[in-house]
Amino acid sequence: MDASLFTSMLFATVVAGTPLIIVALGLLVNEKAGVLNLGAEGMMAMGAVAAFAVTHHSGSPWLGVLAGILAGAAVSVLFGFLVLTLQANQVASGLALAIFGVGLSAFIGKPYESIALPAVPAIRIPFIADIPLIGEALYNQQALVYLSWALFWSVVWFLYRSRAGLVLRAVGESPASAHAIGHPVLRIRYLAVLFGGAMAGLGGAFLSVFYTPMWVEGMVAGRGWIALALVVFATWRPLRVMVGAYLFGGVMITQLFIQGSGLQIDFPSQFLSSLPYWATIVVLVAISRNANAIRLNSPISLGKPYRPDA
Amino acid sequence: MLRLEPRAQASRLMSYLSPLLAAVLTLVAGLAVFAALGKDPLEGLRLFLGYPLKDLYGISELLLKATPLMLCAIGLAVGFRANVWNIGAEGQFMLGAVGATGVALYFHESESALVLPLMVLAGATAGAAWAAIPALLKTRFNANEILVSLMLVYVAQLFVSWLVFGPWKDPEGFNFPQTAMFGNAALMPVLLEGTRLHFGLVLAIVALIAGHVFMNRSYTGFKMRVAGEAGEAARYAGFSARRMIWIGLLTGGAAAGLAGMSEVAGPMGQLTDKVSLGYGFAAIIVAFVGRLHPLGIALASLLMALLYIGGEQVQQYMNLPSSISLVFQGLLLFFLLGADVFIHYRLRFGRATA
Amino acid sequence: MSQRRQFLQSAAALAVYAALPSLAFAQEAAKIGFVYVSPIGDAGWTFQHDEGRKELEKALGNKIQTKYVENVAEGADAERVIREFAASGHKVVFATSFGYMNYVERVARQFPNVTFLHATGYKSGKNFGNYNARFYEGRYLNGVIAGKMTKSSVLGYVAAFPIPEVLQGINAFTLGAKSVNPKAEVRVIWTNAWYDPGKEREAAMTLISQGADMLTQHTDSTAVVQAAEEKGVYAFGYHSDMAKYGPKAQLTATTHHWGAFYTKTVQDVLAGSWKPASIWGGFKDGMIRLAPLNPAIPTDVKVLVSELEGKLKAGSFHPFTGPVVDQSGKERLAQGAVMDDLTLGKMDYFVQGVASRLPTAR
Repeated sequence: MDASLFTSMLFATVVAGTPLIIVALGLLVNEKAGVLNLGAEGMMAMGAVAAFAVTHHSGSPWLGVLAGILAGAAVSVLFGFLVLTLQANQVASGLALAIFGVGLSAFIGKPYESIALPAVPAIRIPFIADIPLIGEALYNQQALVYLSWALFWSVVWFLYRSRAGLVLRAVGESPASAHAIGHPVLRIRYLAVLFGGAMAGLGGAFLSVFYTPMWVEGMVAGRGWIALALVVFATWRPLRVMVGAYLFGGVMITQLFIQGSGLQIDFPSQFLSSLPYWATIVVLVAISRNANAIRLNSPISLGKPYRPDA
Repeated sequence: MLRLEPRAQASRLMSYLSPLLAAVLTLVAGLAVFAALGKDPLEGLRLFLGYPLKDLYGISELLLKATPLMLCAIGLAVGFRANVWNIGAEGQFMLGAVGATGVALYFHESESALVLPLMVLAGATAGAAWAAIPALLKTRFNANEILVSLMLVYVAQLFVSWLVFGPWKDPEGFNFPQTAMFGNAALMPVLLEGTRLHFGLVLAIVALIAGHVFMNRSYTGFKMRVAGEAGEAARYAGFSARRMIWIGLLTGGAAAGLAGMSEVAGPMGQLTDKVSLGYGFAAIIVAFVGRLHPLGIALASLLMALLYIGGEQVQQYMNLPSSISLVFQGLLLFFLLGADVFIHYRLRFGRATA
Repeated sequence: MSQRRQFLQSAAALAVYAALPSLAFAQEAAKIGFVYVSPIGDAGWTFQHDEGRKELEKALGNKIQTKYVENVAEGADAERVIREFAASGHKVVFATSFGYMNYVERVARQFPNVTFLHATGYKSGKNFGNYNARFYEGRYLNGVIAGKMTKSSVLGYVAAFPIPEVLQGINAFTLGAKSVNPKAEVRVIWTNAWYDPGKEREAAMTLISQGADMLTQHTDSTAVVQAAEEKGVYAFGYHSDMAKYGPKAQLTATTHHWGAFYTKTVQDVLAGSWKPASIWGGFKDGMIRLAPLNPAIPTDVKVLVSELEGKLKAGSFHPFTGPVVDQSGKERLAQGAVMDDLTLGKMDYFVQGVASRLPTAR
């Protein structure tokens, strides 16, 4: 493999991994507070369509990003109301959100279908972008790529270095004792759900405004589900989310490079296309078989409803 | 101030009323959506509800559309009751279609009456086998069944695509992605002359009854329900969680496989890469709206089928995008989950007294 | 017999209407239905069909009324949509995607008085015809331009599924390129989806980074042309003129034009003179055209292309003229022979010059 090929594969991998990182980190915080939201796919779709529409009308991708964040957060409130205020089943509510979001986004997005937006130029970071092999791939990227790294550091800091993060984790571990020492469990969970929704919306905005600057029904194409899988196989640890997302992106890109290389391999393209999904399953198994790691890191009350006054 | 007060006992009445309440709320929301879009709400309602009920053909189409939903949902309900979250019925559906198609193509020239039963068997087995993967990974390696079963949906779709583009491509089909049309022996008998309604509906009804007997009359079914409602208690009682997972997933897979079989042997008459139209996912909603209860599932399937066909109607006559069906499906489930709160709580005015 | 009688009746009715132009406003417009496989959007397969529908409306005015349903999946539900058109009094139904074929066939049998037309299939019946365009003619010309202008001799092709129509396109493009540049090679990436801009873009980017400086696609979005514009390489549009998505990148495009065909068909049906047929039209019939050539194309290439286009129109040249040799070196068509339509319609191999391997499952 020559150097420029490596650089372009790395570049494409980073881009493909970015929306997964953003969404999965949001879900991670969400789940650390003990709430499982399976509606990521729907929230991403809503974020994508809102971001696209606003960018199209305003001409500003940044207003679009803001709209995406708000849209993701807005639909997550629906979910929060159901599972937190009304104590509904989290799995079912999440699925409902996934279906609803995908449907509503398709509906709202009808007039925007296959309008193209101008590409948002990448931001080249001086000097370090000149590093051979990796410079061009890592430091001549979309702003949201850098943002995803900042998000990673913020989440790490928040969860493990800040008091608020400690409280959030306590709420996820044992809502009853958190409540007993005076923490507003429901309010904290609402905030966590909102954050998860906002990040899913941001991930969706990345897809429709930066990645392929267009809106198409169903364009999230399962990335929300993959982000959910990432959180599990990262055993709720931010660094592993990051590594997992790039790994997944890498597998997705590699199969395209194999196809485009003109290598004479007799392997159906459908099997190549299914590699990322098999990879997800394999990693999931590899991580999950260590039940201790899961038990140590997974929020104990994940998915269980909690009512302070019950 | 409004607040929720726990009931001493879950309300049986509310558990029956809440799906109705959800349906009514969805209807009201639907009227509001039409009005907001500047369309005549009553006309929208007429299209949504009118077509299927306007003649016998309409009703037959409604039942046809409901058939795979019933099959998938009753299988899922068995698992859901025990908190086994198989959300990959869509993939199991496709594998069922593949299994059945394999038989149909292998016995393409045969006129034997055994072809169809064999296809039923192959469809159910293939669906169950696909569901066995998450079951095995869950019981052996503790891998989350929600995610594994879902990933396998994408794999199944690509697998079907490979088959119809590759080894199973109709040699007479000008190289298009489809299998040969099945022989007559491999097609479901039509129930109503002049319509597409086929024997699959009978299979679905049998499955509903079998599901009822298993869930409410058998000891294993009872154990699974207990496990779902009170996991700890079940563990103390010595119920094997592994067995629940296996039963839950295999039943769901087999039923979804059967649904896939009844699609290829029914309205399609061949396998193409467009075999699944989202039945496996819609069935999750059906299972919940139907209260994981066979009769409820039957009604919920009809309601969902109505939403689908109504979606086509408003598209054809009002030029609204068909995704409106998905919006209504999501709303229906939202309202149901919301209304369910009244099963365990009652609404009170004023502040808590305790 | 009864069909004939009905035909006579409607012919008589038409005559009456024709004789009473002042009553035209009272005449019920003939309803025409279109079934689309994807959203209409702004470019692509369905967009061009919808342009055709609009042309039809313009041409026949208030004599007809058209209706369409978009995004109809090619599964069992399609039959209900097609049937609903027929049952609600539509005279002609155009089903514009391959996967509708067997459903159209079934509905056509149930509604003998309705005329059905199915795009890109091969079946027909008494009241059921099919139609398609010789897209490969345009592809060949695109290939000639690409072969002349490429610097790297690597040409990238993003394709959805290996059906004959797509393979004809890839092979014609390759033959065109090789006819002027024997070093040219075509690399293909399959997206396994007609419409997935994300994947199409990734595939395009991959091809560019592997040295392709000419791209084209047989998928439904404009993502490939946009990617080419962004990366400063050239591209050929498909379905519609995609110049506004890649004003610098798009050298030309193979565009589809259904309007004249739709108008003619409906006129024939209304006049009672329609006969089932399998229509396969090319440059000659105006069913495909080249989008305006990009000024970046050198004059000698422009001249060559317009010469070839003239020959295609005149019928004196066929892109698949022997020898056609497939990847394995097997001769598929003897020296000097011209490939017949049936053989073309069953194409299932890559010609020599395509660098990627076509996975054969058998």
